[in-house]
Amino acid sequence: MHIDFIMTDNILIAAVKGDIDHHNAKFMREEIDRTYEVFSGKHIILDFSGVPFVDSSGIGMILGRYNVVKENGGKLIICGVSEYMRKILHMSGIFTIIQAYESVSEAINIIKEEYSDGMTDYENHR
Amino acid sequence: MINKVRIEIAAVSENEAFARSAVSAFVAGLDPTVEELTEIKTAVSEAVSNSIIHGYSGGREDKIVALECSYDEKGIVRITITDTGKGIEDIEQARKPLFTTGNEDERSGMGFTVMESFMDKVFVESEKGEGTRVILVKTLDLNYGM
Repeated sequence: MHIDFIMTDNILIAAVKGDIDHHNAKFMREEIDRTYEVFSGKHIILDFSGVPFVDSSGIGMILGRYNVVKENGGKLIICGVSEYMRKILHMSGIFTIIQAYESVSEAINIIKEEYSDGMTDYENHR
Repeated sequence: MINKVRIEIAAVSENEAFARSAVSAFVAGLDPTVEELTEIKTAVSEAVSNSIIHGYSGGREDKIVALECSYDEKGIVRITITDTGKGIEDIEQARKPLFTTGNEDERSGMGFTVMESFMDKVFVESEKGEGTRVILVKTLDLNYGM
């Protein structure tokens, strides 16, 4: 399992490749949180299009990142969720607080629309 | 025909992927649908993770999680996951959605709910200090695609 990271503006995009289970969730959590902090990200997009397997560990991992981002005043969006993954996530009621979109580009647009002020601040700051 | 297999793994998280893949490879002999196979794989992953996280407090190299898997000509798949860990104090509570004792590890408390959703029957036997046995049963639709 590995994660490809892309930083665009203040959005950290984490493309997860591999199975999400209890064993891998710990690694993912540490990698994502560390990268988010190092690059001073505000928002996170989790791209699951490269995930062939997920169990309930995925729910905890997503909720954990949601809390990290929320504390920082940002937004978490998930995308590339397979029908099977959607079924598992749905059981937990996660979709009442977290939005899922088809693609990363769609997710970026949503964040940019919602947080246009934040983007400007970030640009000035830089 | 009744076919069965028994697998023992060291109770460490590295073996979770092997355990679910091994069961999946065994059940594949019945020619299940992709969906059925994924559901079984997920339920096994939940049960094995529970044994490692809760039964053995995060993992024990010197302890075993045993999996017994069988199927018959009717397509009834039965998987037993047994550990000799610390056991579940209150099974009814443990089975409730969102209940977890593993919050510091970002556990969702959805393990049993996932098992129950994906399998036809889930039996849990546990004795405090003795261990836990989870029995997963699912009848495959053998006529699918015929």
